[in-house]
Amino acid sequence: MGWLYSALSSSIGKKFVMAVTGICLILFLIIHLINNLTMYGGPELFNTVVKNLDIIKPIVRVIEAVLVLIFVFHIFNGVKLWYENKKARPIGYTVNGSSKNSDITSRTMIVSGSIVFIFLIIHLKTFWVSFNLGHPLAEEHQYYEIVASAFSNWIYSGLYIVAMVLLGFHLNHGFQSAFQTFGWNNNKYFPLIKKLGLIYTLIMVIGFASIPIYFLFFYGGNV
Amino acid sequence: MAEKKLNLTLKIWRQAGPNFVGNFAEYKLAVSPDSSILEMLDDLNNDLENKNLEPVAFESDCREGICGTCGLVINGQPHGPIPKIATCQLHMRHFNDGDTIWIEPFRAKAFPIIKDLMVDRSAFDRIQETGGFISVNTGSVPDGNAIPISKDIASEAMDSATCIGCGACVAACKNASAMLFVSAKVSQFALLPQGQPERYQRVQAMVKKMDELGFGSCSNTYACEAECPKGISVKNIARMNRDYFMAKVKTENVES
Repeated sequence: MGWLYSALSSSIGKKFVMAVTGICLILFLIIHLINNLTMYGGPELFNTVVKNLDIIKPIVRVIEAVLVLIFVFHIFNGVKLWYENKKARPIGYTVNGSSKNSDITSRTMIVSGSIVFIFLIIHLKTFWVSFNLGHPLAEEHQYYEIVASAFSNWIYSGLYIVAMVLLGFHLNHGFQSAFQTFGWNNNKYFPLIKKLGLIYTLIMVIGFASIPIYFLFFYGGNV
Repeated sequence: MAEKKLNLTLKIWRQAGPNFVGNFAEYKLAVSPDSSILEMLDDLNNDLENKNLEPVAFESDCREGICGTCGLVINGQPHGPIPKIATCQLHMRHFNDGDTIWIEPFRAKAFPIIKDLMVDRSAFDRIQETGGFISVNTGSVPDGNAIPISKDIASEAMDSATCIGCGACVAACKNASAMLFVSAKVSQFALLPQGQPERYQRVQAMVKKMDELGFGSCSNTYACEAECPKGISVKNIARMNRDYFMAKVKTENVES
């Protein structure tokens, strides 16, 4: 299998790994958002949904393990590419003209990605750990209350919203970039892919960020 | 009527040789708006030589935008601020009186500086040697329409073939990636019947060499297309990615 390893560690191969794992994460976010939006159905609906996930726990665990692998590949490869690409130009330009020839979100994937990664760690600690590792409210299946109390914190909610905007920058470039990497660029459908990427990004950012906004402004603090 | 000259301040990268430390030197001069940027450098060099100073080393050949020899980074942009022209086609009328112009060489690990603004782009030749050609004997000029091919495809291949190999794509890319150059050279044959026998062998060999030479990877920022003097499309990169993938899937060669 040496040929497979060398193919995937070539410059195009590494991009291919980024694109495949990126698309997987793009699909995962859709499912994640659908789950989150059930919060608008009230505590009962959300708690039932999370409780039902408990019933199929073994399947959830397998999916989680696969997700971790996908994240690890995406992050490891991304950082490796960034490091190698830095080495390809040891002495930079004194005058930086990159704003005139490319989009800022495409040049800052490592920045938006790193911030989203830090957010991910905090996010897992706030919710995944609470939901899964013996938070007293989780024992009583009061998941909604955990979310409500986390988002009643202005600082946490603010950081959440900032992270979602950066995730948006990451997704907007990543979406069309994946198709370009797969070689699916053509005059007819590439403009469509770019638009689809923008629509997807807007739905994700507005969808995810709406939840802390809802808890901060409209939930009324009966926590 | 006396021609109105532009008074410019030039900040030019001076480096005595590959292993010397370089830095910017400042020159002030008055230049005709009708002169090209290379003619301005010629003027500057005449002045420097008259003063017994070392002239600024830079490359040029045809001076009509078709050879790909010239290539300077002007105010942070390869071939300057005007799209789809080579450095030699950039005229000083695009600048204003009193402007400061920064002139740097192309910067990439794979393009080491020889002197001042001259860089060694022979890495492109090393890539071409691994597959940027057709090794069958194509004979003399074939009869018209002997090889059936549509006008659309022929035009697309021609668009890819307009690459002059100047290296601006590498200079513009934040990763110093040569993907646009290599993909144009892969595409000009991949699109035509004559290129088919070696299609998959070619793409694998050229990508392998490109990686070995220390060029970066593609981040799809599309800065290369924006700065290319010939407007080579990033669709070529998509085609190369596709061909590379198909080569890995289709061929039985485990070596490459």
